Amino acid sequence: MKIALFVPCYVDQFYPQVGIATLQLLEKLGCEVEFPLGQTCCGQPMANSGCEQDSVGTYHQFVRTFADYDHIVTPSGSCAYHVKKHFDIIEQTPAVRKVRENTFELIQFITDVLKVTHIGGTFAHQVGLHLSCHGQRGLHLANASEITPERGGQVSQILSTIGGLTLTNLTRNDECCGFGGSFCVTEEAVSARMGIDRLGDHLRNGTEILTGGDVSCLMHMEGIIRRQRWPIKVMHVAEILNQTLQSTTTIPKTLC
Amino acid sequence: MSHSDLAEKFNTDFDKTTWHDESLWFVRQKRDRAVFQVEEFQELRELGSQIKDHTLSKLDYYLEQFEANAQANGVVVHWAADAHEHNQIVLDIIKKSGESCLVKSKSMLTEECHLNPFLEKNGVEVVDTDLGERIIQFLDQPPSHIVMPAIHLKKEEIGEVFHKHLGTAKGMSDPQQLTEAARQHLRQKFMAAKVALSGVNFAVAETGGIVVCTNEGNADLGIDLANVHIASMGIEKVIPTLEHLAVFTRLLARSAIGQPITSYTSHFTKPRQGTQMHVVIVDNGRTAQLGRPDFRASLKCIRCGACMNTCPVYRRSGGHSYDATVPGPIGAILSPNIDLKKHSSLPFASTLCGSCSDVCPVKIDIHVQLYKWRQIVSKSGDYSASKRLAMNVLGRVLERPQIYGRIGKVARRMLQITPHALSHAAALNPWAKARELPQPPAESFKEWYGKNRK
Repeated sequence: MKIALFVPCYVDQFYPQVGIATLQLLEKLGCEVEFPLGQTCCGQPMANSGCEQDSVGTYHQFVRTFADYDHIVTPSGSCAYHVKKHFDIIEQTPAVRKVRENTFELIQFITDVLKVTHIGGTFAHQVGLHLSCHGQRGLHLANASEITPERGGQVSQILSTIGGLTLTNLTRNDECCGFGGSFCVTEEAVSARMGIDRLGDHLRNGTEILTGGDVSCLMHMEGIIRRQRWPIKVMHVAEILNQTLQSTTTIPKTLC
Repeated sequence: MSHSDLAEKFNTDFDKTTWHDESLWFVRQKRDRAVFQVEEFQELRELGSQIKDHTLSKLDYYLEQFEANAQANGVVVHWAADAHEHNQIVLDIIKKSGESCLVKSKSMLTEECHLNPFLEKNGVEVVDTDLGERIIQFLDQPPSHIVMPAIHLKKEEIGEVFHKHLGTAKGMSDPQQLTEAARQHLRQKFMAAKVALSGVNFAVAETGGIVVCTNEGNADLGIDLANVHIASMGIEKVIPTLEHLAVFTRLLARSAIGQPITSYTSHFTKPRQGTQMHVVIVDNGRTAQLGRPDFRASLKCIRCGACMNTCPVYRRSGGHSYDATVPGPIGAILSPNIDLKKHSSLPFASTLCGSCSDVCPVKIDIHVQLYKWRQIVSKSGDYSASKRLAMNVLGRVLERPQIYGRIGKVARRMLQITPHALSHAAALNPWAKARELPQPPAESFKEWYGKNRK
């Protein structure tokens, strides 16, 4: 199984630790992972701004980079969704189809492809899970509150296998955080307000560590947390899983 | 003004924004409770969606069937190509009746056609009889929501309006007392009016009858007391049979406000003896939308407003920030069809979270259409030239890995050495008004990988 790691552009530049955690986690799970150096971005910044024609070159670069791999894994539901959903404007060659079919968000890859549903280890913290919309409603990684009252999904399921970890019971389980790509600057007022409200829910319900499957949402909320000096630490879900796997093997306890 | 400008203004009142968000979220939760009680609700949505798809695909056939059956019932059917024709037809009917006062129940179509100012200009007194509509009519405001037109007003504000217009005691804000005052006031109007106008929720082709759904019974009271009933409908309101109606009555009120059914679901099929019934069938841009494959499905809308109640942006920006007849997510995909220039900011007033599509009782892919409208706006003259250029340059950088890597490194370095006051100056960087920028790391993942894995 040839697995490629896709580290989205802004993760590469600003959150390398998330890329490192993803790589190490996959390696610990027994995967041989390559990081093809030709990769840049999924093209979403231009496309969501209405300029998808400007992302065609980036789409082709993505396909060229990843066409030879069986699976493409990324710590971002949003980017995986974009490849699957919006690479439909370029010619659907076998390579394009293969790349679209085999691009996976990290947790989906772990649970659906690797069939690993138990991570174990310990992480003695109250963790607030932010369900990013593209992962949840786009890739169906979690139940949507519009469809069913049953909360649940792959990320919360896998986190709940970790000892000592308590998941925050949010008042609004899956409200958008307000990042929304260029929305965060073009609609700055609403975007910031949505982020403040989302974090208010976490603060009221005792979140110590905010996590999620999308760095973009976390970056936006971390920006507010640091501005407000709120007592919440932000970690991508790959960082938590990577730490707990370490804790079962080399480091026995206490993290952070 | 763009949506973002109006939304920014709305957000200057933090507490009122909280109140607005929570009021609408309360309705969304009511909707959830009502919907989850119906085990087959997702099947109902699918059925509703398919019935609408089918009807839109044979719209000419069903409209003509409706017309023929309505005429056989003694109803006068009028066709209006646009808002002006609609308004003129309504005015002519009123003039012919010799009356000068119209009582009107809720109709978003007449809002779209700007019927009220047109009739008033022509000497007709128009009384909106839906409570919320009457309140905003006093204030000369458009509705901020299609189901709850005055949802942006607090009861204290409504008390002020009634004090001024209905002579209620100053400071009175008890909802029950205010409603009673409105009831007494409207009763006089109902008793006096001889012409009543209603909207149409569904027009049944098989019977030639129309169906009007309200909670206040104001449509029925107006129509039953009048000699002339005018019903205004968009061409997309037709459904094939009464059997299909059953699907929509189960979907509509649950999605709208969490009720199993509206208090009144009234069928009007033929005029009572000695009275007239008119139906005005209006296009006003709908066939243009029907001709757009990517946006055709927006015509499936049954106007429940669920997408507004669930939309995190609508809840925190208010209906008026959309500056459109239909606000919220559905308005943001309908309005650009009518006036792309005026409404060019609306498709961007969304995070594309997709909640609107998931609550929609007829499964309109609203967030997908928002994305598609963005692609059209960017090619029109109503898109910022600097943003257009920036996206073009960004695209050129991101298709070239080496250049991307070099620029990324320079950008991180610059961010490291730029003083915080400059990098976070709100005037230059909207991100930083409420947020810190990420702390730039010394090396990118790619650089780390080069050192540690290769």
